[in-house]
Amino acid sequence: MEGLESILAKHPFFAGFAAEHGQLVAACARNHRYEVGEYLFREGGPANEFFLIRHGQVALEIGAPGTAPIVFATLDQGDLVGASWLVPPYRWLYDARAVTLTRAIGIDAACLRAKCEADHHLGYEMMKRFLPALVQRLHATQLQILDVYGKR
Amino acid sequence: MLAVTYPDPLLPRLYRVERVQRELADTTTFELTPLSGLRPTFEPGQFNMLYAFGVGEIAISISGAADATGFVHTVREVGAVSGALAKLKAGAPVGVRGPFGTGWPIAAARGADVLFVAGGLGLAPLRPAIYHVLANRARYGRVVILVGSRNPDGMLYHPELEQWRQQHDVNIELTVDHADATWHGHVGVVPALIRRFAIDPADTVAMICGPELMMRFTVSALRDAGVEPERIFLSLERNMKCAIGLCGHCQFGPVFVCKDGPIMRFDKIAEIFAMREI
Amino acid sequence: MQQSAVNATVQIITCENLQALIDALHKHDYQVLGPTVRDGAIVYDTIAHVADLPAGWKDHQEAGRYRLERRADDALFGFVVGPQSWKRFLHPPLESLWTMGQGDGGVTLSSHATTAPKFAFLGVRACEIHAIAIQDRVFVDGPYPDAAYAMRRKDAFIVAVNCGQAGGTCFCVSMHTGPKASLGFDLALTELLEGDDHQFLVEVGSQAGAELLEQVPHFQATDAHLAAAEAVVSRTASQMGRSLDTVGIKELLQGNLDHPRWDEVAQRCLTCGNCTMVCPTCFCTTVEDHSDLTGIAAERVRKWDSCFTLDFSYLHGGSVRSTARSRYRQWMTHKLASWFDQFGTSGCVGCGRCITWCPVGIDITEEAAAIRSTPNAGKGVTHGGS
Repeated sequence: MEGLESILAKHPFFAGFAAEHGQLVAACARNHRYEVGEYLFREGGPANEFFLIRHGQVALEIGAPGTAPIVFATLDQGDLVGASWLVPPYRWLYDARAVTLTRAIGIDAACLRAKCEADHHLGYEMMKRFLPALVQRLHATQLQILDVYGKR
Repeated sequence: MLAVTYPDPLLPRLYRVERVQRELADTTTFELTPLSGLRPTFEPGQFNMLYAFGVGEIAISISGAADATGFVHTVREVGAVSGALAKLKAGAPVGVRGPFGTGWPIAAARGADVLFVAGGLGLAPLRPAIYHVLANRARYGRVVILVGSRNPDGMLYHPELEQWRQQHDVNIELTVDHADATWHGHVGVVPALIRRFAIDPADTVAMICGPELMMRFTVSALRDAGVEPERIFLSLERNMKCAIGLCGHCQFGPVFVCKDGPIMRFDKIAEIFAMREI
Repeated sequence: MQQSAVNATVQIITCENLQALIDALHKHDYQVLGPTVRDGAIVYDTIAHVADLPAGWKDHQEAGRYRLERRADDALFGFVVGPQSWKRFLHPPLESLWTMGQGDGGVTLSSHATTAPKFAFLGVRACEIHAIAIQDRVFVDGPYPDAAYAMRRKDAFIVAVNCGQAGGTCFCVSMHTGPKASLGFDLALTELLEGDDHQFLVEVGSQAGAELLEQVPHFQATDAHLAAAEAVVSRTASQMGRSLDTVGIKELLQGNLDHPRWDEVAQRCLTCGNCTMVCPTCFCTTVEDHSDLTGIAAERVRKWDSCFTLDFSYLHGGSVRSTARSRYRQWMTHKLASWFDQFGTSGCVGCGRCITWCPVGIDITEEAAAIRSTPNAGKGVTHGGS
């Protein structure tokens, strides 16, 4: 646990996080290692964990019949993977696949949701970090949709 | 009639197509050499007005190396003139006026880290500056080249990018908005790549070229990373007719893109850059 | 036409001897151009005789209105400015840049022969002299001087006329461009008409002017003449139909690019471009390539263009300035603000033509005043979403 706490504290997502909150989160966390091609989660599966990438690259992709899966985003070191754990019915909407050897911290969703309910300060600190990452992701996705390189 | 006297900036000079290379489905590179004499020297970032006989004239950035024999241009087919230029074969005549405009700050960036950010066809006007920096590598700090494209098929100069990656001390990252099954690299917009690079904002000179929308959001990401507006350079584009600051068409606020630009330091246009219909 | 110092010796020529002035100019191979009456307006055209001038005419000008009316006297220059300016001679509406043909050695490109006639402009107003100087800065002072313009300009002989009355839309006083011509002329005339006494006070502005005056019967002006001429000028200065507060106007307009007034004027503006055609400083042009069916013979011509056209800012399949709002804003901020950044002076000389010839009577002085009265209105309205 100690090791995880200091690992979490070093991750950019938790910059400025209070030590006692860090302990609470660490209690829900575990280390993951994904080989090339391994999936962090699959579409339709229960969204009971979210991930902070320590090293490596993860591709978010969706499969469709008759075609190879389409990667619509890649995430790298420092990025957050997974938002569906926050929103019922807590199901993944796409696949997340390790493109390179990837180490990530997985944080148990049910565990963290319970701790945030019990301690709203912890909840707010998590939201303060989570939302900017989501907003940035939204903006980037909007730009992708705009098809700026397309011919007009 | 009066004899032609060069360098009259209004008169096209006669050039010939030396070689043609298809880059992408709709994009072609060709090299032009003058029918007589040597071609003028140019600064990376400058452009020529290329005249397709009987069709018309358009502004195209020079995208070759300083020591290339001729003017190298990469043209995307978007209209009548570009379409005519893209169909030219070796030996065909082309009228050339130029070079015009301001260049990339390759001298001012000496000693600093250099960040090139290219979107789509924007890599073409940046390439001469990249050539210069790679040929004088020791004069610069860290060199990072970020290239964004719509999809893998639209990645300009892809083989050359791989060559640069292997042969030079540079960081090159490519990303596409839309991937296909063959693509194993980044998927996402170019500004997202900037965050990965722990650039030293106080010592980085950024040179950006691409669709204006892409440049706006790239500048935003650079500003978020702490890069000052005086260290960010863009290549602007507007309707060009005379290319010498007399016809008024290329104005962007008080800036004549043909002579005050196309390369502009961002602080000089920061206030009007995000405004609509300026 | 060079130096700014006016010859201290001021002369008088009679109205009859004005013909001698015209004849002397002809003798020196000048094409003499001056005001004439045609189609109900004052139009600059070739002048051979004093009788060609608009004797006894005056103009009534208001926003969107121009009428010629009969004067009670026979003043030769009793009007202000018509729809044209001297730019139509110095910066012609249509000009050939080069022609291309097939020669023995292949394709050849040739400049159009630039042998312009020597122009003598008779009756140039102070505001017009400033307008010519402004266009000089555009066409001659930049990194790529327009050789044809410079040639026409170099040989031009300017006979200025100090306005004897102000026009209904004039505001040269606000723009510090008149009503008295103080420099930029070879000769400057002030019309003195008292009963049957019809004379012109003549000031010499250059060596060429002095030499030409030697060929015209003249006599020394008296103090009374000088006083009369000054009175004409101050009367004109007091009659200005419009005024424009120019203090900080560049910052005012550049700091109010989102002002709601632009939306308001856009509802009236037809983007017809009249203002740019009549304006003596507007210089925008376009080029057109013409070729015959074989594609062997081709010509490039340059034509006047207007920033009010949709095509003007065409880029990547659309116009950068697609709305009337953006195009009116472009014209006005260029004229009164960006011109300073580009050329170091205002682009406006206060001649009032844009006000007079706007079919819906849009008044640049009124638009500037409206923005000045509520600066930064509309600020805080942001564009774009989250």
